[in-house]
Amino acid sequence: MKKLFFYFIAFISIPYALKAQQETLHKFAPLPYAYDALEPYIDKMTMEIHYDRHHRAYFNNFTAAIKGTELEKTPMVTIFASISTQPPAIRNNAGGYWNHEMFWNCMKPNGGGTPSGTLNEAITASFGSFDNFKKLFAEAGVKRFGSGWVWLVVGADGKLFISSTANQDNPYMNTEEKRGTPVFCLDVWEHAYYLKYQNKRADYITAFWNVVNWEYVQNMYDSSTAKK
Amino acid sequence: MDYQFPELPYAYNALEPHIDAMTMEIHYSKHHKTYFDKFVAAIKDTESNGSSLEEIFSQVSKLPMAVRNHGGGLYNHTLFWESMSPNGGGVPSGSLADAINAQYGSFEDFKAKFNDAAANRFGSGWAWLSVKADKSLCVCSSANQDNPLMDISDCKATPILGLDVWEHAYYLKFQNRRPDYISAFWNVVNWEVIQARYDSIIK
Repeated sequence: MKKLFFYFIAFISIPYALKAQQETLHKFAPLPYAYDALEPYIDKMTMEIHYDRHHRAYFNNFTAAIKGTELEKTPMVTIFASISTQPPAIRNNAGGYWNHEMFWNCMKPNGGGTPSGTLNEAITASFGSFDNFKKLFAEAGVKRFGSGWVWLVVGADGKLFISSTANQDNPYMNTEEKRGTPVFCLDVWEHAYYLKYQNKRADYITAFWNVVNWEYVQNMYDSSTAKK
Repeated sequence: MDYQFPELPYAYNALEPHIDAMTMEIHYSKHHKTYFDKFVAAIKDTESNGSSLEEIFSQVSKLPMAVRNHGGGLYNHTLFWESMSPNGGGVPSGSLADAINAQYGSFEDFKAKFNDAAANRFGSGWAWLSVKADKSLCVCSSANQDNPLMDISDCKATPILGLDVWEHAYYLKFQNRRPDYISAFWNVVNWEVIQARYDSIIK
């Protein structure tokens, strides 16, 4: 009898569960590879805590902060475009949720190498060479004081630029001086590298190039320029 | 004056198990030392070279960002090391205890307020107990290596207790669990030093 009652409750709950799913646009995406997939450059323990604790907490705090509001159905990019009107709990957690998802996608096992195609041409056009781009991007990462991110961004003029943001801000946010469409990013919060690299952020950035998923960055670049 | 890199007032492992030896060693000999070196390099070519850190902070908005960041890093960590002791913990006594009780109701209420300031500081920063110009106490937090002595501070005061909540202060032992680190910190707070700082301000 008890069992029947359980099935009954489960059955009548289904439409409600589905409705709840449809009400929010925002999902906590699976990590696109195993925790140990980026070893030895990014260690398993860091990946596990970073994804399962930090990223998940940003997602949970973000969805809690927007619960019952229009923002549940608002695309992230639209939210970022007027983020200055939102309280810090939304700005910080929305950024933390979105930035990390992009970051995981920017990496893959057996990544690295160099970009090709239109992205490579755009990088060479904006920065002189891929090596010079790497140098400037790494410098931006080392120089960001405290917690933050480094970005490769497509500006309104279609040209690429490098920026860094504090905490969980990103180049979509209207609080940023130089805005655009981010196509590539690197987390330089200490939690991203401290277990393996401690104070040596520069070593972490050097290691990062070995796991970059340039196909993903190329796709992001193509879709950002296609919109223009 | 010449700027000095201060000695750590105890061994790296002295605050175990609350703060681990590896964290202390890297925090002091790498992070703090780098702030010192970069501060000395940044202040060298300014008119403030030789001024006390307090004087520098009082007009830090007019100085290069490197002075603010690394001068703050130098001062804040020195105050932080001195705020802790292997024989620390417990509760304050004397005039400081009276002031805390008068202002916050109880030591536990003060702790809760300080814990909130430390836990809610988003990103890198510090939590502070400070004494304002009117001699009242205030709890606040600051971003990165800023502190309440700086002219850019929105809670201008003289800090007497500081807690580092940069991830480098706790990540090796506590990872994402900043509240656990904050709880552990109370076991090593050197109330005698905090009391002496308080007395020297209100005297």
